[in-house]
Parts: sequence; structure tokens; C-alpha cells
Amino acid sequence: MFAIKRLNAWLGLAFISVVSGSALAAGQPINMTPGVTDISAEVYDMHMIAFWLCVVIAIIVFGVMFYSIFAHRKSRGVTPATFHESTTIEAIWTIIPFVVLIALSIPATKTLIDMYDTSDYDMTVKITGYQWLWHYEYVEDGVDFHSKLHTPNSQINNDEEKGENYLLEVDNELVLPVGKKVRFLITSNDVIHAWWVPDLAVKKDAVPGFINEAWARANEPGIYRGQCAELCGRHHGFMPVVVRVVPEAEYKQWVVENAKPESATEYAAISE
Amino acid sequence: MSEKTSKTTRGAAKLALAAVFMFSFGYLLVPLYDVFCDLTGLRFTDEEAVALTPQELQEDSSRLVTIQFDVSMNQGMSWQVKPEMREMKVHPGRVYTTFYSARNKTVDEMVGQAVPSVAPIAANKYLVKTECFCFDNQTIAAGETVNMPLSFMLNPRLPPNVNLVTLSYTFFDITKNVSTANQLDSALAYK
Amino acid sequence: MSTVAAGDHHDHPESPYSIKRWLFTTNHKDIGTLYLWFAFIMFLIGGVMALVIRTELFQPGLQFVDPQFFNSMTTMHAIMMIFGVVMPAFTGLANWLIPMMIGAPDMALPRMNNWSFWILPFAFAMMLSTLFMDGGGPAGGWTLYPPLTLQTGDALPFVILSMHFMGLSSIMGAINVVATVLNMRAPGMTLMKMPLFVWTWLITAYLLIAVMPVLAGGITMLLTDKYFGTSFFNAAGGGDPVMFQHIFWFFGHPEVYILILPSFGVVSSIIPTFARKPLFGYASMVYATGAIAFLSFIVWAHHMFTVGMPLAGELFFMFATMLIAVPTGVKIFNWIATMWRGAMTFETPMLFALGFIVMFSIGGFSGLMLALAPVDFQYHDTYFVVAHFHYVLVPGSIFAIIAAVYYWLPKWCGNMYSEGLGKTHFWLSTIFVNLTFFPMHFVGLAGMPRRIPDYALQFSDYNMMATIGAFGFGLSQLLFLVLVIKAIRSGNKATSQVWEDAEGLEWTLPSPAPYHSFSTPPAIK
Ligand code: HEM
Ligand SMILES: [Cu+2]
Ligand SMILES: [Cu+2]
Repeated sequence: MFAIKRLNAWLGLAFISVVSGSALAAGQPINMTPGVTDISAEVYDMHMIAFWLCVVIAIIVFGVMFYSIFAHRKSRGVTPATFHESTTIEAIWTIIPFVVLIALSIPATKTLIDMYDTSDYDMTVKITGYQWLWHYEYVEDGVDFHSKLHTPNSQINNDEEKGENYLLEVDNELVLPVGKKVRFLITSNDVIHAWWVPDLAVKKDAVPGFINEAWARANEPGIYRGQCAELCGRHHGFMPVVVRVVPEAEYKQWVVENAKPESATEYAAISE
Repeated sequence: MSEKTSKTTRGAAKLALAAVFMFSFGYLLVPLYDVFCDLTGLRFTDEEAVALTPQELQEDSSRLVTIQFDVSMNQGMSWQVKPEMREMKVHPGRVYTTFYSARNKTVDEMVGQAVPSVAPIAANKYLVKTECFCFDNQTIAAGETVNMPLSFMLNPRLPPNVNLVTLSYTFFDITKNVSTANQLDSALAYK
Repeated sequence: MSTVAAGDHHDHPESPYSIKRWLFTTNHKDIGTLYLWFAFIMFLIGGVMALVIRTELFQPGLQFVDPQFFNSMTTMHAIMMIFGVVMPAFTGLANWLIPMMIGAPDMALPRMNNWSFWILPFAFAMMLSTLFMDGGGPAGGWTLYPPLTLQTGDALPFVILSMHFMGLSSIMGAINVVATVLNMRAPGMTLMKMPLFVWTWLITAYLLIAVMPVLAGGITMLLTDKYFGTSFFNAAGGGDPVMFQHIFWFFGHPEVYILILPSFGVVSSIIPTFARKPLFGYASMVYATGAIAFLSFIVWAHHMFTVGMPLAGELFFMFATMLIAVPTGVKIFNWIATMWRGAMTFETPMLFALGFIVMFSIGGFSGLMLALAPVDFQYHDTYFVVAHFHYVLVPGSIFAIIAAVYYWLPKWCGNMYSEGLGKTHFWLSTIFVNLTFFPMHFVGLAGMPRRIPDYALQFSDYNMMATIGAFGFGLSQLLFLVLVIKAIRSGNKATSQVWEDAEGLEWTLPSPAPYHSFSTPPAIK
């Protein structure tokens, strides 16, 4: 019996070290990205506010609980009180959370309204999900191409060392100009997918037969990686999204190099 | 005791009835979903053209809204479909006509169904189609090209912050469904 | 059926080794036992599936299973755990405890009780058999979204049929609970005197009757869409795949409360006993449960924030979801107020109940964060959601079920379990459950989607941690099995009171409780 008691004490200790240890381990990312758009920064701030709010509530609530566990234990010879209700207290702890939640929902509402406002856009990209790749169509600029996973099978099957951007690399990146409000029209060819780029704070379902809308204005050039976020079958884990945000001049140059005049002529021929 | 038993049985029967009701409620959610879509303008429904008042039919020539036409093919649909124009600038309250051209590149007659969808969602209720190839399915013979007309207007009540509306069609290949339905029809007619 | 009816009035059970006894039993205790063992077996099967998932995710790269089979494992794991473990375990507890708690001899509808249990093994055998069918088992996620789910091979009709059976079983179980609670209470046991476990189960039963049929409707539509040419969810025929999601979550959100409300009842029984102080705010607990049940019908679309809803809808579901945190908070506060100035001891059931409060709250906190629609765009369908629902379900529902078993086991089998081993079980479970699920918050926030068999390199350390935790947690539960079997076979004899300050009618019965609980109604103070 004594041995088990001692074991349990050790386990209690191990628990505390696991909790604190797991947070410190690794040095790999553990938090949401603030991203590179105004909206993604707002989202990040709201996430952190909500997080710290939860931490504060947790400290208070668990603090009271652990104090009670420490102080109000039978082994300390206390006699239990007998109270079992208090309308005042119960009203207080119903109303305070209510007020806190209202406070929290105000910035959330604001951001949501902004996210839904696609007016005054600069360009449109139509995104179509396929099992298991993406198709991008620059509506105004006449560029379109497929974009699919570029990681070789040998890496996935562990025959070769995995590269830095393992599973987050594509053959054709979505190139976007910096500082422009890009409107995304999102749909699917087959099953439901979801187009997600954390740094743009855009995640929208691609639903066959319907179009969804989202937008982003990247403030900094760079390469931003994301993944399909809705289970879409066998290779759902293997359809990444890579966005390359470049200065406007570079974007224009890219369009010139990649626009397909032939698709324009074909279109003209039909509409005659 | 037996009174209690029968009370229990009656209560249980009522609950079972409630369960049956909730099963039908699941199906009731289908029409309710249409109502929900109507109220919020989430999706197109057929009645949208009906509710226009005369004031709403007044052309608002002070306002220009861009309409973007778009098209997608669903899985297995091999038609080549293009809008006559990708974009149009329109005044709310006036009816415009354009068309989509569709080519059946295959060697078989095919039946397609176009499903309309609008972005932003807020504009959904205000895009009124008076004539549309999406009202019916479309049959195109092998190798043929067809121009499919579309007449529409924007309700002048379109929220003022909306200056762009995308009208997108997704084409589905329903050749198989239609032919089984026809077979079924003729089988029934024969009987 | 007449032979079964005759079984009703046997005064003594047949030998526990007689198959006939178990097959035809209409006794609430026998059926409760069957449910609990069934849940445990499913827990092991579902647990093995979880370990297949975690093994594949131990390191980046595809090592052990095909991605399609992986998807099948995530789908089946969820179905097993929800419909095969938590729900049957709660029904088992209800069977054992409700008649004893309200002073009744048995459940109101004993023969239906037998049926509702014996449907389950067939349902789950059918579900498991789909793994061996052409095209493999269901792999579209437990949420069964079309059109993906319609790509399932031969398994689909069997999956749907077996889910119909599961639903039928739980509806029958729920009807039985309502009928029992409303008709079988001893004289003087008014509604507001009922133990909270009975209250929470009563409300859960109503939820079950309300939403299981809706799921049945939804999956029937899937079936007819696939095989009979209807177009409920097919845009080409005027349907809409998103409508399935609305139907599913109209069931699904109340369902998650079905998975937690009876736990609230369990914890509300345990905390007062070991704090030696009456439950704080009994009435507000009842109202809070009612409020949660009501609100659970109007928050469903918080699972669909990214599906492309109108702004107004998005806002409505955000506000409603945040609102539901209020009654949930009230419960937590009431439990802590119950402990306050009590005289606590920390036997195993109390440890699990305390673990429940802390870790369920952590799940509640992440729930609150998820409720913020614009932020949910970043959380949705990532491991952050996986962390959320595992915190509320594993150290939430499952811990409460384990706590209940420790708490009432002496009453059931007449012997005390080994307290030392019980505590070891608690600490091992707590360590490993956190090691498994806490890092999932990190990888989720850092951008790892859920339901993927392989992942980018920056997620590797925490995934490895989670896998180690999962194996530890799984193995720790074998200790539980040993402990329970030991207690059933031998151990110190339990008194009828069992726990010094336990209150409730069940503690007035001898331990082990007699085959028929209260043949004559007890007097209620
Ligand atoms: C404070 C109360 C709670 C709130 C505010 C809350 C909120 C949410 C939200 C917003 C989501 C959707 C996340 C997403 O997919 O993006 C979610 C998912 C989920 N929640 Fe909760 N939740 C709460 C409590 C619970 C409880 C008590 C349970 C069950 C015991 C539960 C089980 C689940 C499950 C299973 C899912 C994921 C379903 C799936 O997508 O497979 N939640 N929760
Ligand atoms: Cu996907
Ligand atoms: Cu929910």
C-alpha cells in the first residue's frame, strides 16, 4: 500500500512537469500566426484577448478551487459548513460572464462585418477545388492554371529525406500583388473542400454548385502556405495552397508571361 | 397498479409518437431550409421574380453596378460553356439580356442542368432572373453549340455598398438521370 | 415474447454464467451491467482505432496505413466512441441508478429495455463489418457530409442501417428513462427532490427523443440520394449539400450535450459526498441544465461558420453560442461553491470528478474561443477543434463515467475496489490525457488541419508527444479493467452506506444492491 502511495505522489509530480514541459519543448510553433493582412492581425488580437481572458478566468476559478482543496480538507480537522444556496452570488456569477461575453462579441462582430465586405476590390481570383488539387483563374487578367502538391512520393514514403516545405509545396503558386484587395470566388468541382491560408486569415468552404466569397489584402510580399481544410477523400492531406505575394510590378510582369491569349481568342470565336 | 401501467404505456406511446414526429421534422427541414434561404437570401429559389413592386421596377439610372458572369463545370461535365461577356455594367431596375454559349464536345447527346449562385450573399435576393436557361435542363446534340439566353435585372433595393455582383453557373451532367426518368415515365405511361 | 415476460417476476437471478439469463433479462441491473460492459468493449475497439491513427501520426510521412484506411479509422473511431461508448455507458448508468435513486423496483418498460440493449451488438457488428467490404468502411468523417460520403463503396447502406439501429436503441432507452422518471418515483419523491443525475438524464432523454430521429431523417436522405435518385443534397436536382450540414448539426449540437449532461449529474452526486456538504445551488443546476438543453437547439451552425452563411446568420449563431457558456459556467461555479468550506477527502471518484471540473473547463474555454466566428475561421477544422472536443469528451464525459463506476461499484458488486490502484489509475489517466490532447492545441493553432494522415515538419514534435500520450492513456485503462474485475471477485465488503456522507436512496439499500431495488416504495424524508 505504501509503495502505491509513493508511486502516486511521483505521478502527481510527473503530471506537473509534463504540463510545463510540453509547453517548453520543441521550439516548434505553438500559436496562431498574426498573418500579413489587417484582418488577420485583428483575428490574432481577438484570439489572444480571448485566450488571456480564459487564462484570467481559469486562474480565478481554479485558484479558488485549489485553495479550497488545500484548506477545506477533512484531514485538517475542519467541520463542513452547511450553506447550499445564495441568490445574490448566483445572480452575480450569471451576470458577470454575460457582460464579459457581450464585451467580447463587439470586436468579433466588427471584424466579421469587415470580412464580409468585398466592395472596392482590385481583382478577382476564382478558386476551384478538385479531388485533389486547386485550380486558379485570374478573372480579369486571363491567367489560369492548376496547382498541386509538388512533394515527391519518395519523401512521403520515407525513401528520401523530407524537404523543408514537406507537403506544403506546389508546382504552380498563386501569385498575388501586394497591397491589393483580392476577391476570391471559391467553388468545387466534386466534393466539399476548404481553401485556407492562415497568414491571410481566409478559410472558406468550396461547395460544388455554389460560389463562396472571401477577400484578402496582403501587406507584405512573401510566400504563405496553407492546406485544404475540409475532408475531401483519400488525398485530403495532400492538397496544399501556396500563395506568393509579390510587388505589383513583378505581378504585372508575371501576368504578361502567363496570360493565355489563345483562351481569349477561343472565347471571342464562340461569342461571335 | 394496472392503472399505473397503462399510464406508463400511454406516456411511452406519446414519446414514441414524438420521435416519429421528429423524424418527419427532419424532412420538414427541407422546405424550412428554403424558407430560411429566402429570408436570408442565402440561395436562389424560384419565386424570386414574383415579389417585385412597381417602384422596384423603376430604373435607377444614377447607379451603375458591375455584374460579373462566371461558369463552372461539375465533375464529369465536359461541355465548354462561356458567357457572352465576362462583365456588364448595369442600372438597377432595368432588364438586360445576354447569353451563355455552350458546346457539347462529346459524340453523344447530353443533358445539362445549370445551377445559379450569386456572390456576395447580400446581393442574392436582389438579382432577379426573368428568363434563364437554368429554369430548365438543356439538351445539346453531339458536337453542337447552343446560345442560351438569360434576362435579368437588379432590384433597385440592392444594398448601397454592393457595387459588384457575381452570377455564377455550375453545369451538371444529368443525362443519366433524365434518361432513367424518361424510361420510368414511359413505363408508367405504358401501364 | 411470453417467455421473456415470465422472466420479469423471477425473484432470483439465474446463474451469471447462463447465456439465457443475459439474453432474456429484463432486470434493470442486468441490463445496466450489459450496457456498461458493452461500452467498455467498444472503448477498447475504438481505442485501438485511435492508436492506429496516432501510430500513423507518430512521425511525418506515410508509414503504416493507406490514407483511405486512415480516413476510415477517424470516421469509425468517432462513431464507436460516441454511439458505442459514451451513450451506452450513460444508458448503463441510468439503468443501474435511476430506479434506485427514485425508489422504484425497476425501469418502467423492462421488455423494451432488453430490446434496446440487444440491438446494439448487432448494430456495431454491422458497422465494423463494413471495414471488410468492397471500397472499405465509411471514410467521409463521422459528420457524413455529402457529396464525399456518397463516394463510399458498398459500405454505405450498411453504415446507415447500423446507425438507424443505434438511433433506435437510444430512442427506446430514452423513452424508458422518461417513462420511469415520470411514473415510477416513490411517493414523496417530487421532481425537485430528484438527484441531479436523474434530472440531467431526464433532460438528456428528451434531447435524444428530439434529435436522434432528425439524424435518422438526414441519413435516410443520403441513402435515397445515392440509390433512389432523390436530390436532397445534389445541386443538379435543386438540392444543396450544405442543407445536410444544417440537418446534421441540428442533431449534432444537441448530441454533444447528450454526451455531457449525464456527466454533470454524476459530478453533482460525487462532489457533495466527498465535500461533506450539500450541493450548492440545486435549483440553479436544474435550470442551468434546462437552459443548456434549450440553447443547444439554436447554436448548431457554429459548426459551419466557414460554409458561407449570410452575415446575419453568422452573427446570430455566434451570439447564441456564447450565451451557452453562461449556464455551463454556472455549473462549474456551483461545484466549486459546494467544495468551499466543506471537509474534503480525495477518494478515487472525487479525484476523477475534480479532474473532470478542471479539464472539462479547459474544453469549455476553447469552446468559448471557437464561438468567436471570425476567429473560428482560423480554428475550424484544425487540431484546435480536435483538442477542444477531446477535452470535453475524454477528461469530460469519459472521466465522469469512470468516476461513476468507482463511486457506485461498491453498491453494485458489494466489494470495495483498491483505493491505491484507483488513484494510480487517476494519475496515469490524467497525465496521459493531457500529454495526448494538450499539444493538439499547439499544432492546431500553428495550422495543422484535422483528418490528415501526414503533416508538415513543423508539427512533428507535438504529434510525437500526442502519440506517446495516447498509448499511455490506452494502456492505463487496462489497469481500470483489472481493478474492476478484482473488485467484482473479491475485496473488502462494502457497507450499505459505502461513503461516509453519501446521500440518496441508493445508499439505503444493502451492498450489493438486491436484484429488485425497491419492491416496496421507501419513505422519503
Ligand atoms: C462552453 C460550451 C461549448 C462551446 C461554446 C462550444 C463551441 C464549439 C464550437 C464553436 C465548435 C465548432 C468548432 C469548429 O468546427 O470550428 C465546437 C465543436 C465541437 N464541440 Fe464544442 N462547445 C462547447 C462545449 C462542448 C461540449 C460540452 C461538448 C461535448 C461533450 C462539445 C463537443 C464538441 C464536438 C464533438 C465538436 C466537434 C464536432 C466535429 O466537428 O466533429 N463541445 N464546439
Ligand atoms: Cu480536402
Ligand atoms: Cu456544437
